[in-house]
Amino acid sequence: MYGAIASLWVRAAWVYRTSFITLMVANGLMTALDAVAIWVTFAHLDLLGGFALHEVALLYGASSLGLGIADTLIGSVERIGEYIRTGRLDQMLTKPLPLLVQVCADQFTLRRLGRITQAAVVFAWAATYVDWTPARAGVAVMMVVSGGAIFFGLFVAFSCIQFLTKDATEFANAFTYGGATLTQYPLTIFPKELMRSLTFLVPVAFVNWYPCLYLLGRDDPFGMPAWLQFSSPLAAAAMVGAALLVWRAGVHRYTSTGS
Amino acid sequence: MTQPLIDVQDLHRSFVVRKRAGALRRTVATVAAVHDLSFSIESGEMVGYIGPNGAGKSTTIKMLTGILVPTSGHVRVAGLEPRRDRVELARRIGVVFGQRTTLWWDLPLRDSFDLLQKIYRTEPARHRENLDRYLDLLDLGDLLDTPVRQLSLGQRMRGDIVAALLHDPEILFLDEPTIGLDVISKGRLREFLRALNAERGTTLVLTTHDLQDIEALCDRVVVIDHGTAVYDGTLAGLHQRGGSSRTLVVDLVDEAPPIDVAGATTRRVEGPRQWLSFPADASAAPLVAAVAASYDVADLSIQEPDIEDVIRELYSSPAPPPAG
Repeated sequence: MYGAIASLWVRAAWVYRTSFITLMVANGLMTALDAVAIWVTFAHLDLLGGFALHEVALLYGASSLGLGIADTLIGSVERIGEYIRTGRLDQMLTKPLPLLVQVCADQFTLRRLGRITQAAVVFAWAATYVDWTPARAGVAVMMVVSGGAIFFGLFVAFSCIQFLTKDATEFANAFTYGGATLTQYPLTIFPKELMRSLTFLVPVAFVNWYPCLYLLGRDDPFGMPAWLQFSSPLAAAAMVGAALLVWRAGVHRYTSTGS
Repeated sequence: MTQPLIDVQDLHRSFVVRKRAGALRRTVATVAAVHDLSFSIESGEMVGYIGPNGAGKSTTIKMLTGILVPTSGHVRVAGLEPRRDRVELARRIGVVFGQRTTLWWDLPLRDSFDLLQKIYRTEPARHRENLDRYLDLLDLGDLLDTPVRQLSLGQRMRGDIVAALLHDPEILFLDEPTIGLDVISKGRLREFLRALNAERGTTLVLTTHDLQDIEALCDRVVVIDHGTAVYDGTLAGLHQRGGSSRTLVVDLVDEAPPIDVAGATTRRVEGPRQWLSFPADASAAPLVAAVAASYDVADLSIQEPDIEDVIRELYSSPAPPPAG
């Protein structure tokens, strides 16, 4: 069902082909600037927080892939405040489909493939430096899937704030996109407290940091237990579970618009 | 015992309203949008649900369709609890919000209808049959391949109504279905809705500001004001309740001073034409006879009461007694 709705949106976007293609390329270029920023940093440094360029690129690629996947699949959840204001959410509630599926599929756009493509290129380049073993390949796949799921959970959970205050997109972005930006760098450049909160509070460290430590064969620089490096699926399951609970509570408190 | 199709008992819904009081302080007030609301609707009825802005019309409809959770009270629609059984209920009702479209703006009408077939999992043969029938009845057949954004408001509204009916709903909720439409479109739409009710037995619940919609469609009216029902009954009964009056328009052969007959008062004189108002429930025949007996009458006509005035009258009654 998600697919049927999404494909209709893609066809709708195709009505304006030029705009669609321009925006997709622009999306890829915009996000590529992050990668360029990292590359420029390394023009002046050999190591960033004890990590070489290809290692930081692996972290960046993994985080960006996860974000790109989540962003593509659920892109419009963050606009739920707008849906409430315009009454679109009311209409969705009269359709025999779970609300979250409808909201996620709504305004589906392949434009965001720009980000995924860009992230995949960086990740592929960085992966050539990894000393691959079957276990590492397994962890890498787990990492990308869990990364997408963790960002999915974050987006959904923080979007629910909009059920309470009608315009809180910026606040939610601080946690979602903010968290994503932090994970583009080795956490060693940040204070230990931040690393802890990114592990236990907003678990974005599981998107790339812990599994990448395993892929790179490094010991945890903060001395955190090694099993955390395999725990991304658990963190993802917890995050998605929590998000679904928050979503249900949010929808229950939904008060619609006045009209 | 069979349950009514729609059953509402002591329904309440309150909202928390925050108001700014000073720089940081905020006052919190609870406002009851709907309270002590009870009514029931049987299968096959056409009911007009009317009231002034902010009376609680939309809030009620939203609780009936599963959009809003009631604060307290009992609601059953088609035997289901709307919010808990939202997905199941959605298959059995159709909802049209007059001011918003559910159709895909940039795509042909056909695509929106195809998607609805998938969403509602309507049997393909049934879907095609309904689609052909409704497109034909609503005169949309030629427009199936036109992008929705190129349709006129009336065409889009008809498209939305088709969209709400493709899955054979038992109940159709219409929120301001004729808003912004021209007279011909309105008439055509009303005719279609009447036929739908007669042929399929579809129950219609209609909120509207256009009282002609009600006159044309509804045998029964529920009037809501300040969150609760103040009237529930026939349209004729509503006229009586409001103390409404009919008007006898008399064209005299010559100009004359205001006509003076028992049982009527002359409200307006304009040349040879005079307007006499008399109680809506009184017969016009004795009055006409009395006027004809004393004056040279060229022509006569009777105007039915303006329902808008009737409802205004009802709203302005200071403490409306509970509906019977």
